[in-house]
Amino acid sequence: MARVLVAMSGGVDSSMAAALLVEQGHDVAGVHLKMADTPSGLPGKGCCTLDDSRDARRVADLLGIPFYVWDFSAAFQERVVDDFVAEYAAGRTPNPCIRCNERVKYTALLARARALGHDALATGHHVRRDRGLDGRWRLRRAADPGKDQTYVLYMATQAQLAASLWPVGDHRKADLRAMAAERGLVTARKPDSTDICFLPAGDLGAFLRPRLGDRPGRIVDADGTVAGRHDGAYRFTVGQRRGLGLSGGDVPRYVTRIDGPDVHVGPRTALATRAVEADHLTWIAGTPPAAAEVTAQVRYRGAALPAVIDDADGERLRVSFPAEAPEGVAPGQAIVLYDGDTCLGGATIR
Amino acid sequence: MPAYLDHAATTPLDPAVLEAMLPHLRDTYGNPSSGHAWGRAARAAVETAREQVAEALGVTPLEVLFTSGGTESDNIAVLGLARAARAAGRGAHVVTTAIEHRAVLAACEALRDREGFDLTVVAPGPDGVVDPERLLGAVRDDTVLVACMAANNEIGTVQPLAEIAPALRARGVALHVDAVQAFGRVPLDPSGWGVAGLALSAHKFCGPKGVGVLVLRRDVAVEPVQLGGGQERGIRSGTLDAPSIVGCGAAAALAVAAAPTEVPRLAALRDALREGLCVLDGVTLVGSAERRLPTNVAVAVAGCDGESLLAALDARGVAVSAGSACQSGAVRPSHVLTAIAADPGAGHLRLSLGRTTTAQDVATAVDAVHSAVALLRGAGGGFV
Repeated sequence: MARVLVAMSGGVDSSMAAALLVEQGHDVAGVHLKMADTPSGLPGKGCCTLDDSRDARRVADLLGIPFYVWDFSAAFQERVVDDFVAEYAAGRTPNPCIRCNERVKYTALLARARALGHDALATGHHVRRDRGLDGRWRLRRAADPGKDQTYVLYMATQAQLAASLWPVGDHRKADLRAMAAERGLVTARKPDSTDICFLPAGDLGAFLRPRLGDRPGRIVDADGTVAGRHDGAYRFTVGQRRGLGLSGGDVPRYVTRIDGPDVHVGPRTALATRAVEADHLTWIAGTPPAAAEVTAQVRYRGAALPAVIDDADGERLRVSFPAEAPEGVAPGQAIVLYDGDTCLGGATIR
Repeated sequence: MPAYLDHAATTPLDPAVLEAMLPHLRDTYGNPSSGHAWGRAARAAVETAREQVAEALGVTPLEVLFTSGGTESDNIAVLGLARAARAAGRGAHVVTTAIEHRAVLAACEALRDREGFDLTVVAPGPDGVVDPERLLGAVRDDTVLVACMAANNEIGTVQPLAEIAPALRARGVALHVDAVQAFGRVPLDPSGWGVAGLALSAHKFCGPKGVGVLVLRRDVAVEPVQLGGGQERGIRSGTLDAPSIVGCGAAAALAVAAAPTEVPRLAALRDALREGLCVLDGVTLVGSAERRLPTNVAVAVAGCDGESLLAALDARGVAVSAGSACQSGAVRPSHVLTAIAADPGAGHLRLSLGRTTTAQDVATAVDAVHSAVALLRGAGGGFV
């Protein structure tokens, strides 16, 4: 039996994580992280609302475990939201879930859990961990391939893996819902959260516009001609087709590159990327893999494509794709490397 | 053994209070405003309770209004007194202190932000006590209301109302006193002070939750906040909750009867608790040691996060408060600690004692705080 702190978002996955840990006989306490200041009297939506904290609390009540709400909103704002806005301002496409895991959940929250004498921190992430033959911890894809979240945990260190529990990674989502319903958890039928938790109704433009304002620039075609104008490059991401406002043209055009105020567009064929450079490289094992042949995933729900590590020098990574080339590789997103279903590590695409 | 040291949040219902309430939950179901035997029976119980509260405070029964609690009493007094005074053309300036309960502060801010009143918020000294001269210095010719609490809910400091009230009375300025934390713990003299309003909450003195008192002087005009059937002098409409009001009256009588023995007993326990905590390095009392409720120990714990301390003490079976709890239950930075420029790098705990508190509870809490602080400091303090 271990003392486990489980982060409870108010969704079905973290609810079942708590339930499974209780059933396994652990000494469990739940915590809901308050990530944003929801103004009173306004309808709230997202992962940080009163509705969600109430659902988490009711699950904790049913399980008979202590439950706390901790205010992490200042740290979340500074380490995740501000970074998110700055990345868009710089023409990149950030992944705030990765930042949150890296800078809030698996640092500040894990440290507090350990300080309070908990042996482990559990979450409802769909990932698995086990130990390899060399005794080192490995991060493995979830049993439900459609729900796998190794992509947002590639930065986990050996110490973080040793102190983490992911009880739902062994179960398929549909089974988890059925298990939650059997146990009478109020969260059993809640819809999956797919949006970024701090974006109301998932509207990125509405979130960024008041923060970044008008930043007009050109839309430049593959041949160098100016195809149009825009009022903020931050509204575009590499691979995007809709919303360019380009009329005419015989082939659909996609965003291929963002360079300062200029948004470059081109035909779909221009999206294919044979080689990717990235930085802030981390390896889960602590050292690079023995074999250079891996698979690589360049977005959260993307496919892992066969890849070759051309260079992994310190924090720099260069990967090429000998077979299928990924399309729409967006700077700021992560490139995450796998050996089969084992996550090896990853880096931030430049 | 678990120890409940959060009596400033709420107190257990006294068994004698429960006994007094039960017949009115079971049998006396009439509406106190009805003109028949059922109504008269309920009304008689309400009026007895009104007399008990009046006697406990040294006011006349007609000055006692029953409400749903401290927040409603504060809201009626602040909003109602200020609006009526402005309607009478007496001015539109309100003075309060930076350490009032949010029930007073939010009402004052609403007057300023939504109704165009001028608001002066007077900061306390670093000891959490408001300087009477500073408060009185903020009063102008167009000031219609001063709101100043009797004792602070977070840091337990007792405000110098005996100096403030006579000066305001001499200038003809209405004074509202939030006495929710003070009643039964420090002497209150609403008649002698000549206050316009004074708020109590029954569950802070071993009565039931959901019932409070607003003492309202007969000669002040108040605009009602809740409109309806005109109960409680037309100032607080709504069917009277007779069982809760009976509990409030019984609890008020008990609190006053117990005070001569309880206050010195609790003050001694408070001092033992403070000494037991402050022997730790980096643990200091917050707010004046002298002008303090006999039931409050507020400490700053250097090198520890408040939320983490609360969780560590909960795991040890000790109930305390850290900051103020918001709607979702998260611990938020408190306006009181901000007002006295408390160290933001320290964890702040409030331990509050009550009628059921024993020397064993104090010993348990001291041991638990020592062990929680050692644990947290050994691991970075639990900061985010």
